[in-house]
Amino acid sequence: MLNYVLSRLLTFVPTFIGVTLISFMFIRMLPGDPIIVMAGERGVSPERYAELSAQFGYDRPVYVQFFEYLGGVLQGDLGTSFVTKRPVWDEFFTLFPATLELSICAMIFAVALGLPAGVIAAVNRGKFFDRALMSTALVGYSMPIFWWALLLIIVFSGNLQWTPVSGRIDLLYYFPDPTGFMLIDAVASGQKGALFSAVRHLVLPTIVLGTIPLAVIARQTRSAMLEVLGEDYIRTARSKGLSPARINGIHALRNALIPVITVIGLSVGTLLAGAILTETIFSWPGIGKWMVDSIFRRDYPVVQGGLLLIAVMVMIVNLTVDMLYGVINPKIRKR
Amino acid sequence: MSFRLSLFAGVACAALGAMGASAQSLVYCSEGSPEGFDPALYTAGTTFDASSHPIYNRLTEFKVGTTEVLPGLAESWTVSEDGKAITFNLRKGVKFHSNANFTPTRDFNADDVIFSFDRQGNPDNPYNQVSGGTWEYYTGMSMPELVSSIEKVDDYSVTFNLTRPEAPFIANMAMDFGSIVSKEYADAMMAAGTPEMVNQAPIGTGPFSFQAYQKDAVIRYLRNDAYWGDAAKVQSLIFAITPDASVRYQKVKAGECHVMAYPTPADVQAMKDDSDIVVMEQEGLNVGYLAYNTKVAPYDNPKVRKALNMAIDKQAIIDVVFQGSGQIAKNPIPPTMWSYNDAIVDDPYDPEAAKKMLADEGVSDLNLKIWAMPVQRPYNPNARRMAELMQEDFSKIGVTVEIVSYEWGEYLDRSKAEDRDGAVLLGWTGDNGDPDNFLAVLLGCDGVGASNRAQWCNEEFDKVINEAKVLPTQAERAPLYEKAQVIFKEQAPWATIAHSVVYMTMRPEVEGYVVHPLGGHIFNQVGLSQ
Repeated sequence: MLNYVLSRLLTFVPTFIGVTLISFMFIRMLPGDPIIVMAGERGVSPERYAELSAQFGYDRPVYVQFFEYLGGVLQGDLGTSFVTKRPVWDEFFTLFPATLELSICAMIFAVALGLPAGVIAAVNRGKFFDRALMSTALVGYSMPIFWWALLLIIVFSGNLQWTPVSGRIDLLYYFPDPTGFMLIDAVASGQKGALFSAVRHLVLPTIVLGTIPLAVIARQTRSAMLEVLGEDYIRTARSKGLSPARINGIHALRNALIPVITVIGLSVGTLLAGAILTETIFSWPGIGKWMVDSIFRRDYPVVQGGLLLIAVMVMIVNLTVDMLYGVINPKIRKR
Repeated sequence: MSFRLSLFAGVACAALGAMGASAQSLVYCSEGSPEGFDPALYTAGTTFDASSHPIYNRLTEFKVGTTEVLPGLAESWTVSEDGKAITFNLRKGVKFHSNANFTPTRDFNADDVIFSFDRQGNPDNPYNQVSGGTWEYYTGMSMPELVSSIEKVDDYSVTFNLTRPEAPFIANMAMDFGSIVSKEYADAMMAAGTPEMVNQAPIGTGPFSFQAYQKDAVIRYLRNDAYWGDAAKVQSLIFAITPDASVRYQKVKAGECHVMAYPTPADVQAMKDDSDIVVMEQEGLNVGYLAYNTKVAPYDNPKVRKALNMAIDKQAIIDVVFQGSGQIAKNPIPPTMWSYNDAIVDDPYDPEAAKKMLADEGVSDLNLKIWAMPVQRPYNPNARRMAELMQEDFSKIGVTVEIVSYEWGEYLDRSKAEDRDGAVLLGWTGDNGDPDNFLAVLLGCDGVGASNRAQWCNEEFDKVINEAKVLPTQAERAPLYEKAQVIFKEQAPWATIAHSVVYMTMRPEVEGYVVHPLGGHIFNQVGLSQ
């Protein structure tokens, strides 16, 4: 197992360098100059432009800028946002817990509903449940996030007033947030009702962000289960008289999980992409909206640093998924 | 992380515990996050709403709801005979806020004024490079060229020596970059090795003191009970950052916010019909325009430009693009600005006459490029749609239009070129309520190849605005600006399109809110009925 982990870790190095280069070049390949965008309609004189270019270091060749950036990255310095004037590292870790908390909740929601839905659909193949669940999943997969979020807000927050419109907690509650995870900080604050308020604020964003992964997981589980249910050993299990719950829940599901876990791992990227819209609509202070704002402002340090950190997170999740394969199927870790 | 912890420490030491959003808390749903809290470092209105308005004061202040300039931290000022030395007499007994890391030992004085401006213009000032300071607003208003020195006369008077007489200077002092910061605080933070805290944990003299900022989520302020002016009406002010306009509206409806900014124009009618919502409106201090390139034939001919202007159905643009939240512009300055020349008659919408004028000038088979901005602005919420409407209008007089667009930075850069091909859709929002801020910046000869997108340099116009700039009183300056508008209308370097209407949406219990023509959202005297 150790060799397996080490070999997976080694693949990190070229990926990391590649991601650093791509994230650095990506923002520079877009048209638009950060200094001109910053000056806006007012404009900037050629002299002032030259001054600012020198101040930000953009007057040097791109490869010099890259190696300087790479040197900084290797020492843990991702640069300073030239919009907020704060270190990228600080900004990321101020905002990342909010995105992570929401993503974890969305993933729990998606898995908790998607897995059973897929199993039920597979077991009832061709029947009403199957068709209803898979049609719903298709609708969920196709739903524009923006529209879905506004619809939920108007119905559940506006008309029924069951949930708050946006934010992470009622403004009534005010306490320090040392971890940045609202659920944890709310409990730690000891304030009555704070946790309940934080949970209420999580409901709609979780549903919105979790909808697409839920649909994907449900469909993937169904197809993987159908494949496994046709295997000989399942037929053997049936002939031995095992209960359907044991056959489906243990023998079939465990073997169907590998492709499902792959999908869950890949959904992390989807969650981060979905977080951009979800965070904007629900005023959720996470990294999605931060990145989009930075792209529009051509805030080079934030875009390149943020992309790099997000890529590393995705790499870590994929590594974890690879580890899980080994746990579920011992054959893989022995290869 | 350290920032969060320092804020936490600040909050804890403020001994306020869990300050609730009680009836004494005013909640404002703002449209975005501030870039920081030192106004001189930034140029965005969202940042000023969160920093300069609640936390700071300036030597002079705009009277809320007008562009009139009133005394602020300067009780009065005198101007030398040659107009080149302006001495401000400072208010005594003004207290700075305090926080966990700083308690002021003295009141506001001349040292704070000198420091606040010196750091922006003097590269040797230790704070000049702190927080990556580029001081865009200060330089954008040509202050480095204008201010030759700042002298301390005594603890409570300061003289600004100028390189030339400049009437708008007093109004410039009321602008956000003129916010006065505490030199004592800056020195203390520099000594502690944390100079960036001046930007992150601000100390000012304003009606509210900064309490905490949770990035991209919530900003909290507390009433400054030692405020030198009229005390704020609420105990605390909370900005709930809510980027989506539809969500802001739902929050106001649900009572989660008291006031929201920038409603979607499509929602305004529904808001007006809702008895639980109050909608206020005022013309914005802005103008949206189509700038021809007056250096390129046949647009170097004022009659051709005039003919094109007469082909544009501006009312259709107001109805479709602004969805009613705008008004037709006939002058290059907005109607709320002093010296606005209301006697000017706009070019009539008359395609037939326009067609004839073009024919009289020998212009036929004209192809025109219209540049459509890729971004939304109050003065132009949908440039692509506006360009399409113009394309339709111009086709009626035989002019073929091609619509082009570029990424915003490219757009701004390329549109400055003196040999630019095509007419540019752009606009301007006023900084200081002074006509010079529109007429000289956008239409003066100095702006050709830069902010003067029409590349229009008219000697008579330039002479008039330069004369007006150095006269000391509004009464003397206004007739000259009125005359400049007449010349502008005759010469037609632009098609003036629209001034936006600014809407503010609030709950009925909000009292005393005034829409500010300079665009800021100011809550200093806003209260809540019980």
